Amino acid sequence: MNSISQECQQLKNDYDHCFNKWFRDKFLRGVKEDECKELFKAYQVCVKKGIREKGINLEEVERNILGTEHEKTTPPPKDGH
Amino acid sequence: MKYYSALNVFKFSWDQVTSTYWSRYPNPFSKHVLSEDVVEREVKDGCLWSRRLITKTNKLPKWGARFVPGSKSACIVEESVVDPVKKTLTTYTRNINLTRIMVVVEKCVYRPCKDDRHATECTKEAWVDSSIYGFSRAIQAFGLDRFRKNATRATKGLEYILLKTYEPESLPEHMSLLGNINKELKEKAQKQAARTLGKGAVIAN
Repeated sequence: MNSISQECQQLKNDYDHCFNKWFRDKFLRGVKEDECKELFKAYQVCVKKGIREKGINLEEVERNILGTEHEKTTPPPKDGH
Repeated sequence: MKYYSALNVFKFSWDQVTSTYWSRYPNPFSKHVLSEDVVEREVKDGCLWSRRLITKTNKLPKWGARFVPGSKSACIVEESVVDPVKKTLTTYTRNINLTRIMVVVEKCVYRPCKDDRHATECTKEAWVDSSIYGFSRAIQAFGLDRFRKNATRATKGLEYILLKTYEPESLPEHMSLLGNINKELKEKAQKQAARTLGKGAVIAN
């Protein structure tokens, strides 16, 4: 899949390849040690630069919602439905 | 605000669905997805937290295009957490640009089906909101309709990659929607039949 920045494409491919294998063969089997850390670091630096260059608000990208009180909630069921 | 909820079942184990989730793009149903990147990822208390930035095309009807100068793609942030012990994958997705026009938030939880450990259910909820004066109802209705279509594509896309990666436990009937894959599987089955019955059987077909 394409990266937002062409410059990061190779770094992304290398990282994704490492991660997909680690997730399936290690993480789901109880190994918590992230073996793709170094590849991720390089990729992350590149992607964050790419995001800034595209004029995307990085602060908004990094805002935590999942697992916080800011998550949307399921509306109560309507009467008669 | 419009609210939507749906339940999908995948005839694949939770391990297979979650492993495939990260590499489901590109697929024939994701032509509107332009890019996908991981921005943050860490293991915290045994759970895997990820943050991805996804950009998609943002096709609007003519009456809505007036609110968006130029053609801008939509930027979407997907936060997720995988709990490998409880076997849940929770995703929380929202657009971070074009929010003046419309905000679409989606939450999905993938977990093993209670009555079938070889199948995975996904509960999907979405909230569509617009605050453009005088147009919010029309925009919400359009947004919900587009969300439904994209949700169907997302499901088909994930199923497509699952089928390419794993043999399903049993081929569900709705897979006939996936013309090409179905054809591939049919050919596979025919080859298998040929091996079992000898060449004559296939020629007779």
